[in-house]
Order: sequence, then structure tokens, then C-alpha cells
Amino acid sequence: MRHLLSTKSLTRDEAITLLDIAEDMADVANREVKKLPTLRGKTVVNLFFEDSTRTRISFEAAAKRLSADVINFSAKGSSVSKGESLKDTAQTLAAMGADGVVIRHPASGAPQVLAGSGWIDAGIINAGDGTHEHPTQALLDAFTIRRRLHGTASRGRGLDGVTVTIVGDILHSRVARSNLWLLDTLGAQVTFIAPPTLVPADTSAWPATIGYDLDAAIDAGPDVVMMLRIQAERMNAAFFPNSREYSRRWGLDDERFARLSSHSIVMHPGPMNRGLEISSAAADSERSTVREQVANGVSVRMAALYLLLSGDREEH
Amino acid sequence: MTERTVLTQADITRALTRISHEILESNRGAENLVILGIPTRGVALAQRIAEIIRRIEPASAAVRVGSLDVTMYRDDLAHTRTRTPAPTQVPGSIDGATVVLVDDVLYSGRTIRAALDALGDHGRPRVVRLAVLVDRGHRELPIRADFVGKNLPTASHERINVHVTEVDGDEFVSIEGGAEE
Repeated sequence: MRHLLSTKSLTRDEAITLLDIAEDMADVANREVKKLPTLRGKTVVNLFFEDSTRTRISFEAAAKRLSADVINFSAKGSSVSKGESLKDTAQTLAAMGADGVVIRHPASGAPQVLAGSGWIDAGIINAGDGTHEHPTQALLDAFTIRRRLHGTASRGRGLDGVTVTIVGDILHSRVARSNLWLLDTLGAQVTFIAPPTLVPADTSAWPATIGYDLDAAIDAGPDVVMMLRIQAERMNAAFFPNSREYSRRWGLDDERFARLSSHSIVMHPGPMNRGLEISSAAADSERSTVREQVANGVSVRMAALYLLLSGDREEH
Repeated sequence: MTERTVLTQADITRALTRISHEILESNRGAENLVILGIPTRGVALAQRIAEIIRRIEPASAAVRVGSLDVTMYRDDLAHTRTRTPAPTQVPGSIDGATVVLVDDVLYSGRTIRAALDALGDHGRPRVVRLAVLVDRGHRELPIRADFVGKNLPTASHERINVHVTEVDGDEFVSIEGGAEE
């Protein structure tokens, strides 16, 4: 694998290989020495043009567990705020000898530009670009679902027949998009539930069912309910009257959580707005995978870094 | 290309039985013994050695068996295609134990070097021994096997094929590509 830019371009075999390697990486966390020498001497740059603590420290932990050197670069207070272009930033990183670049950018497609530009010969991982994709989040979600369903027998399996209901701001969510393509590739069935104002105008190319009624979706007893964060920073128009109304109609509150089928698991990519899209009872319950998702995020990102940065890059 | 069988299934079974006896002899029993196979075929061989040991000394405490993947510790990761790792399963703590590493073919010794590094991250065994089904020579590192199924002097252009039932469905050891004048 040369770059990890989207889940749409991943084949089923590639996705399952990555998830299987993540299983091996998860085992490292249970050992006496929680570190592998695999990427010794490689440099990974976290290039973050958008604020994100969770994703950045997750990538940082993953790179460090593989013995890579990590450089954190955030746009705030850097040369970018002085007007440096993506091209100049990339060439600077190339001159410093970066082997891998983890990029988060508010513009959809920025990682593709970086990967296809020739400005830098590093492996590029998309850590969220605009409203396009966030592939490692989808991979860690799939990994979490697979582990909950199959436990230690997860290796080599897809998610065939698993029903996943994703609730919230589908319009702006790159997590929803990445999950859609990956879950579809792995054989799961995806349903999106959102206010009509937060669904894209044309979803005919999406392999998903679109609905507006969360209560009906809950009563259908999906295997997985994934609540998306209401991203206040993207609420630049009147998408819903106010947060209380959103919470009442599209939030996983205590009443809906109690009605949810007992085999369903509850996921949230974090950070959570407790009381808005998810109630504390739901977030802290046994069926919630929120903290597992964080732990699995490190394993999945280790697998992605391994696949991109080990091996002879000349041969690709 | 000529392919010549050098060990049949019966030969392999005999070699593993002898190796199991040698392990028990040098360890003076099955006490504190951990057998770790190196994927892929070393794991199947390790399972079999553990089984034979249990048969020979049924009274002794259950010998522990597992697998140790060395992919992440290889020194050639940057020079070849990306390798897909295999699971590692170390049964319990190996601190103070006698660990026997099991692999199918001993060649350059680089796999074993990587295995020793990997082992060090799991704990500190009292001793580490090495058992291989075939030693074909051409070492590039100061490493030798303690228990050898068969020494096969080879030329470096020859290929050794090891098949075991659990992985390949059939079982033999053969040399390929010899007689190159």
C-alpha cells in the first residue's frame, strides 16, 4: 500500500489484511515491552491544519509504539498562519526526510493533492479531509465491531450481514462517508438516519438506506448504532431549530437506549456531546464501545503505518 | 528443475520424536518448558513436538506451546515487499522458563536473530534453545541449532521445500534445483 487516502478505494482483501494486522498490533499492548522496533529510523510527521487532539495523539502513540520518530506540526502558530502554501510546507517536510505524513486538512482532497503532487515522496495517511473521508476512523470502527461480534476468532473475517445504523450529521460527516464505503466493502448494511436538512441533496450513488425517523430505526434492532457528533464548528446555517429539538428527535436518550435491542452495540467516534446526541447512560453502558474505539484506534493506525512505511517503497 | 525428496512423512515423524527426546533429556524433564514455533510451519512442528513430549512424559506438568511471529523484528523490512505478520501467542509468562524455538529450515540465521529480539520483549527466559527440522548451512550470523532433524548440505542456488500436513495438506522435505553444472 502506497498511501491511505480513502476507504472507497480499499478492496475487501486489503481492508481485511489491515484489520488482521491491527489484531497483531493490539496484542503488543498486552506484553511486557509495549513497543516494536519495526519503523526504527523512520520519521512520521503529523501535519494538522485542523484542531484535533484525539486523532493526533492516537497517531503519535501508534508511530511511537512502532519506534518511529514523530514530528507534530499544527497550522496554528506555524508558518502556515504566515501564509505558507501546502506545496511549500510539503517540500519543507520532504527536505527534512519525512517517510510518512499524516495529514488533516479542512479542504476535501488535500491529502490526494499531497499524494499525487510529487512534492514529497512520503506515504500519506488521510486523517480527515473536509467533508470527504477519515479512513482510519472507519477502520477502527470496523475493527471494533468485528471484535465485539467475533472476539478472538476475528481474523480473516468481514462484516457480512451486520446491520449498522449511523445517526446524525450525514451532510458534513467524513466519518459517515468513510464508514459507508468500508462497511459496504466488508458486507455490512448501512442505514443513515438524520434530519432532512443534514442529508446531502443527492445520495443515489450511496449504497445506504436513508431515513429520518430514529425511533423506527431503533425498533428495527440494528447490530450497531453509531451516533455522530454534532459538529458545532460546521453548523454554519440553520440546520435544525435548536439543540434541544435535535436531541429530542435524533439523540440517543435514555428512553431510546432502553428500547434498543439487547444485542445492539452503541458507538461514537468522540468527542461526545453528552446530553445532545447521546445520553450519559448510553455512553457509559456495557454496550457502549467508546473507550474500546480509542484503544483500537492506536492498533489500527499502527497497522496502517506498518503497511505504508515498511517494505521497499521503490517497488510500488 | 529436478526435485528430490530427502525426508518422507515417516522420516519427519522420527526426527521430531528424536528431537522431543533430546529436549526432554537436556532439560531433564518437561519442567518449565515453553515450545514456541515460528510461523508458518514452525508452529505446526512446535505443536507436534509438544504433543510427543506429553506422550513421553504424561506425568509431567503440561508443556506450554505457542507461536512467536518475527515479522516486525526482521532486518530486511525496508528491502522487500511488505510482509504480512502472523499472530503471536505466548502462553503465560516466559520469565525463568526454558524456551525452545522451533522453525522448519535454518539458513542464514536472520529469522532466529529476529526471534531472539522478539522473545526479549516478552520476558526473560532462563535459557533459549533452537530446534529445526532442516539445517541447510550458509549461516550469515553466529547462530547454531541445538536440536536438528537433518543436516542437509546445500548449494545456495538450491531450494528447500518443507511441507507439513497442517499447512500444506501433504508432508515431505525436498531439494529443488540441484545438479547445476
